[in-house]
Amino acid sequence: MTVQTRPAGQGAVRIQVALIGCNHKTAPLELRERVVFTPEQALYAADELRKRGILEEAVVLSTCNRSELYGVPGETGPTAAVAMEDFFSSFHQIPRAELDGRLYRWMGTEAVRHLFRVAAGLDSMMLGEAEILGQLRGAYNQALDHGSTGPVLNRIFQGALEVGKRVRAETEVGARPMSVALAGVKLAERVFGNLKGHSALIVGAGAVAEQVVEHLRNRGIGSLRVVNRSYERAAELARKMGGDAVKWESLEAVVGVPDILVASVGGTGAVLTREMLERAIAARHGRPVFVVDLGVPRNVAADAAGLYNLYLYNIDDLGEVVEQNKKARESEIPRAEALIAEHLAKFEAWRSALEAASIVDDLRDYFHKHREMVIREKLSEMKDVSPEERARIAHITEELIERVLDPPAQKLQHGRGLRGRLAGIEVLRHLFGLDEEKD
Amino acid sequence: MAHHLGGLSLALYGVSFICYARILYSPHLWLGRLASGLLAGAILLQYFELLERSRWIHTVPYNDLHGSMSLFAWLLGITYLGLEIFHRQRSVGAFVTPLLVIWIALLGLLAPVETPMPPPARGALFAFHVTLNTWAYAAFALSFVLSLIYLVQDRVLRSRRLGSPFWRLPALDVLDRMARSSVYVGLGALTLGVVMGLIWQHRLSGGYSWGDPKVIVTLAILIVYVVYLRLSRSATWRGARAALLCAMNFVIVLFSYTIVNLYFTKFHRFF
Repeated sequence: MTVQTRPAGQGAVRIQVALIGCNHKTAPLELRERVVFTPEQALYAADELRKRGILEEAVVLSTCNRSELYGVPGETGPTAAVAMEDFFSSFHQIPRAELDGRLYRWMGTEAVRHLFRVAAGLDSMMLGEAEILGQLRGAYNQALDHGSTGPVLNRIFQGALEVGKRVRAETEVGARPMSVALAGVKLAERVFGNLKGHSALIVGAGAVAEQVVEHLRNRGIGSLRVVNRSYERAAELARKMGGDAVKWESLEAVVGVPDILVASVGGTGAVLTREMLERAIAARHGRPVFVVDLGVPRNVAADAAGLYNLYLYNIDDLGEVVEQNKKARESEIPRAEALIAEHLAKFEAWRSALEAASIVDDLRDYFHKHREMVIREKLSEMKDVSPEERARIAHITEELIERVLDPPAQKLQHGRGLRGRLAGIEVLRHLFGLDEEKD
Repeated sequence: MAHHLGGLSLALYGVSFICYARILYSPHLWLGRLASGLLAGAILLQYFELLERSRWIHTVPYNDLHGSMSLFAWLLGITYLGLEIFHRQRSVGAFVTPLLVIWIALLGLLAPVETPMPPPARGALFAFHVTLNTWAYAAFALSFVLSLIYLVQDRVLRSRRLGSPFWRLPALDVLDRMARSSVYVGLGALTLGVVMGLIWQHRLSGGYSWGDPKVIVTLAILIVYVVYLRLSRSATWRGARAALLCAMNFVIVLFSYTIVNLYFTKFHRFF
């Protein structure tokens, strides 16, 4: 939204933010995939919302789990949210009835709080996920470059990006691995440290194993070998991931080479026996081996777990780690919420400072208007007043207004308690009928 | 003056511990740098404290138990900071700095500062001998801490109950390398220290007191740590077993530094 800056004497500064949208909690996948905005559509929608006078500033945030419109209402004021919903419905050509109960609508502080929670990853399907911050930054930067943002949305989106960064840096909300594949790789890092230059052997070519390989590649794993019953499939995965394919018959020969072993062979039982791994560790001169067993039934013999310098994690162990991490992330929510509250307070302070400055100007205009009316009225009855005396009366009444206005102005701008300041602004508007006066 | 410097360095060690502990939960680069900076500041202040003490008692700072313990803490701090920079690893700081804080805080209680006595003339060679041996003890103490962390980390990894600080601790491989580096420092310092001690004694008396319990235990320390270094790269000992051996070796160091110094040796009772 934009701050409604006004030419002298026109309209008070009232900062309002509106948000409508849906996410994975309110809408099923079938609906979410119909309300996605491509980057081009997001810019077009923001332009349309502004052209139609529904919003003065607009940002569209669209990810696989949410489609949201953020904006600063123009003249439409409180009805902006309804107009935004109508626009959302017509833009995606979905009847309003179908969207009923699927869209959420937030105004003012609650809209800002929602954005901050989104940036912090608290509103994500996977608590604390990092991708949303990049997506939010992308949506904001695109809108900023396109010119559809203004001082208010700039303020809250920059605040949201800061909240997102702080929550990830200062809390554990996004700190620990939340997928089985990543948990396996992170645990390997607990043994070997930096994985650059280390080697891995993938036994079998299941889908989760592919994810593990991707994480290993991202961490600069040195060498990668893939062994599979079907050599073609091994070669395909090796080509895809930049490794070497090995024939199934050579498994015994290569099992002693890698630091990390990922086993993911479907429906076969133990393909890596205790004796095989014992020989592998001996061939490595006792250097540790980290084994991730993703197979069901297990691909690594259970009695191998007791081998010295062998760290074995099966699918249940990794699931347990992920579950512990999930709980640990959830326990960090109050700390993240506290950071959000801190940034919300900053936003509110900024908002109240702008509105306080505005209300003092409004009151000054109000008093001056009535002073002029009274002076004109009364002096017309007092014929014997000289021009010097008239000027003096004008000067005295002007000074009187300034003196009367000074204490509330000071209190509104520097007084303690944000809530009190905002309440004071509302009371003054109401008592002096400033909003009606402008209208 | 020395008293104030000591208090100030203790405070800095304390604050650096808070920063190091905080890194385990919130790993900010600036916080890590602050922790290292505070530790470096504390070490610098403690150096000036030791210098002041030396001026006050007109001899080396280890002339009494207080000075000796203070020198040990200072060298432990220096060795840790050196390893931290060399291995680019700060997460062990949360375990080393509290030891420094407790050790220095206990100094005042266990070994109050004594009235200065006219020191016997012993020369620079003797000063290097004592300082290098104390440095070796400090380095072995550090390897002990690192080995304990290794053993805890290994146990946690096998138990699969991974608490929050676990994800911030150094990897087993890093802990192993840091412990070995620390033992290398200790062995180097101890070997040099022993050689200097032998030269100094030969100059003084024309012979060597090989039968002195301190000399015997010191040679045993050299042997057990060399054995550790050798075994820690062997197929059957590499890893947790070597870490356990390293931790056990420190018991002999502790025995040498306390019991032997206080009760068994006459020749090495320099305070």
